[in-house]
Amino acid sequence: MATSAKAASGPALIARENLQAVLDALTAKGYQPIGPSVRDGAIVYDEINSADDLPAGWTDEMSGGTYRLKRSGGSALFGYVIGPQSWKKYLHPPVIRLWKSHRTDCTFTISKNAEESPKLAFIGVRACELAAISVLDHVFLHGKFVDPIYRARRENILIIAVNCGQAATTCFCKSMKTGPRCVKGYDLALTELAEDGRHDFLAETGTPRGADILAAIPHKHATETDRESAARAWANADAQVTRTLDTTNIKELLLGNLEHPRWDQTAGRCLTCANCTMVCPTCFCTNIEDVTDLGGKNAERWRKWDSCFTLDFSYIFGGHVRQSAMSRYRQWMTHKLASWIDQFDCSGCVGCGRCITWCPVGIDITEEARAIRETDRSQKENADGNP
Amino acid sequence: MIPQLYSVRQIKQETHDTFTLELDPKDGTKTPSFEAGQFNMLYVFGVGEVPISISSDPTAPKYLMHTTREVGIVTKAMRKLKRGDMIGVRGPYGTHWPIEESAGSDIVIVAGGIGLAPLKPALCHLVARRENYGRVVLLYGTRSPNDILFQKELKQWRADFDLEVYVTVDRAIGSWRGNVGVVTTLIPKAPFDPLSSVALICGPEVMMRYTVQELVRRGVNHGKIHISMERNMKCGIGFCGHCQMEASFVCKDGPVFTYGALENIFGKREV
Repeated sequence: MATSAKAASGPALIARENLQAVLDALTAKGYQPIGPSVRDGAIVYDEINSADDLPAGWTDEMSGGTYRLKRSGGSALFGYVIGPQSWKKYLHPPVIRLWKSHRTDCTFTISKNAEESPKLAFIGVRACELAAISVLDHVFLHGKFVDPIYRARRENILIIAVNCGQAATTCFCKSMKTGPRCVKGYDLALTELAEDGRHDFLAETGTPRGADILAAIPHKHATETDRESAARAWANADAQVTRTLDTTNIKELLLGNLEHPRWDQTAGRCLTCANCTMVCPTCFCTNIEDVTDLGGKNAERWRKWDSCFTLDFSYIFGGHVRQSAMSRYRQWMTHKLASWIDQFDCSGCVGCGRCITWCPVGIDITEEARAIRETDRSQKENADGNP
Repeated sequence: MIPQLYSVRQIKQETHDTFTLELDPKDGTKTPSFEAGQFNMLYVFGVGEVPISISSDPTAPKYLMHTTREVGIVTKAMRKLKRGDMIGVRGPYGTHWPIEESAGSDIVIVAGGIGLAPLKPALCHLVARRENYGRVVLLYGTRSPNDILFQKELKQWRADFDLEVYVTVDRAIGSWRGNVGVVTTLIPKAPFDPLSSVALICGPEVMMRYTVQELVRRGVNHGKIHISMERNMKCGIGFCGHCQMEASFVCKDGPVFTYGALENIFGKREV
C-alpha cells in the first residue's frame, strides 16, 4: 500500500469520462460510493452506482427559507452548492437499534446489535462538510466517552471531496474558517473544470488511501493551465461567499447576553419546527425509545435524532426546563456558536447555511448574531473604556 | 451502552411515595465501587430507563441501593418488581460529592425531600470516617412529617456519630413537635464555621437556589458549595444532549457541581 502511495509531485488531472473509473476503483476496493443525486426536487446523498447518477446540469439557488433546484445550462456534475442532507446521516444514523432484549420468566437477556458498519466512499463532500465531520469527530471520539457506532462507521469511510466552484447566498464558510476550499480531512479532493469546452477534474491527494484510488485510474499530471483553471473556480466560489458572521469573542458575546430582548423577538417568528437541527451537519442530539412487541417478550432500544426545539427534550419530573420558544432557540444558537467551544474545543457551526435555507420563516443565524453584537448588553466594560 | 443485569434483593417502602431498590449483580460478581453522589441508569424491561442516584454506603458496598420516588412510568414499574426480578443497570456515571477532599472541614448538608437520597452515601462515608471531619450538620426539609426519609438512619447518626441533624417540615401535622418552615430558615443558626465549611446541597432547584443564597450570606465560599443538578438524561455519557446546561453536560460534568462553576447560569430562567 505504501509503495503505491508515493508522494504526488502535484495535482493530477482526471478526464470526465474517467470518473466512472473512480467509482469502479472504489467498488473494487469494497466501498459503496455515496454521492449527490436529484430526488424530490433537491440534491440528496444516496448510493451512486454510475457516474450517470450524478446531478449533471443541475444547480441550486438558496436564500432564507428558500431552496430551488434549477437547470444550469451546463454539464457540470457538481454545479450545485449544497443540499438539505449532510453526511451525518451515514456517520450518526437518524434511527438505529442499540440492542435487543428477550424475556424468559423472571429474567431477560440483552444482546448487542450486530451492527454492520458499511464501507462507504463519500463523493462530493464540500469543505464545510469536511469541517462538520471533524466537529462530529470531536463530539463522538475525542471526549471522556467514545460512541462505538460513530467510531465503527467513521473508520470505514473514504472521503472524496469536491471543491466548490460557486457559493450560495446562504454560505458563510469564510467567517467560520471552514471553506470554501478543501484543505484537510479528505482522501482525495477534486475540482471540477468545466469551462471553454473542457470537462476534467483536478485531483489532489490527501492520504495514501486517496493516492491508491488515483493510482488505480487513468490520470495525467495537471498542467499549469489546469491549475490556473482550478484556481479560477476556487476564486469564483470565494468571491461568492458574501454572508458573514463575526466570531470575535462570540462565546462571551452570546453567553453574556442570555437576557437580551432579541431572543424574544426571534422566538416570535420561530416555529420550533426543529428543521435547523435536522439539516445541521453537526447537531448530534438523540432520543431513546424503548419498545416491546405485543406479547411483551421482546424489547428493543432505538436511538433516534432528537432536537432541542421540542418541548419534551428538557422534561424532568415537575416540568419542562425550556418551556418557551425563546429558551429553545437561545439554547440552540448559544450551543452552536458559544458553549460548543467549551465542550469540544471548536465551534458547532461550520457556516454551511443550511439552517438559514431550511428555516420555514428564514431565521438567519448570522443576522441574529449580528443583532446581538450591535446591541451588546453584556456586563463587560466597553472597549472604549467608558464605564 | 448495554445494561448489565442485576436481580432485585428487596424493595423497601420508605415513605408513602418513595421506595428503596436493593440490587445484586446477576452473575454473582461483586457490586462495583462508586463514589457518593454518582448515579446509575436503571432499565425496567420493556418500559424504559431512568437516571437514579445511588443511595448505598460507598465504604461498604454490599449491594446496590437506589431510593426514588414513584413519579413516572419507569419508577412505577420499578416499584412493582418482585424479589428475584431482573433490572438493567448502566453506570456508575457522573461526578461525586467531595468527601475525601473535604477532610478537616466542617460539613454542612442541606437536603430537600427526596434530595436526601443522593446525599445518603455522603452521610454514610462521613459517619464511617467521622474522626476526619469537624462539625457535621444535616439540615433536612420535607413537605410534611410523612415525607421524612431514612428516619431510622437519621436517629442512629444523630445518636451514635455526633451528627447534628435538624429537620423541618413545610406543613406540620398531628404530633409534630419539630421545626416548621422551609429548610433555608435553619441555615442562619446552624452550628458550622462558614469559613472552613464545605456545603453539599440536593433538592428541588428552587430550594437549592435559596439555600445557596443563605450559605453565601453566611460567608461560605462559592467554590465550597456543591449542588447536585437534575436534568433530562437519555444516555448518561454526554451524547444525547438532553442534560445540557450551557456548556455543562449534567451527566458527565455533573450531577455534582460547585456553585462557583454554575454561578452565571444557576437560577437563570430556562437555561
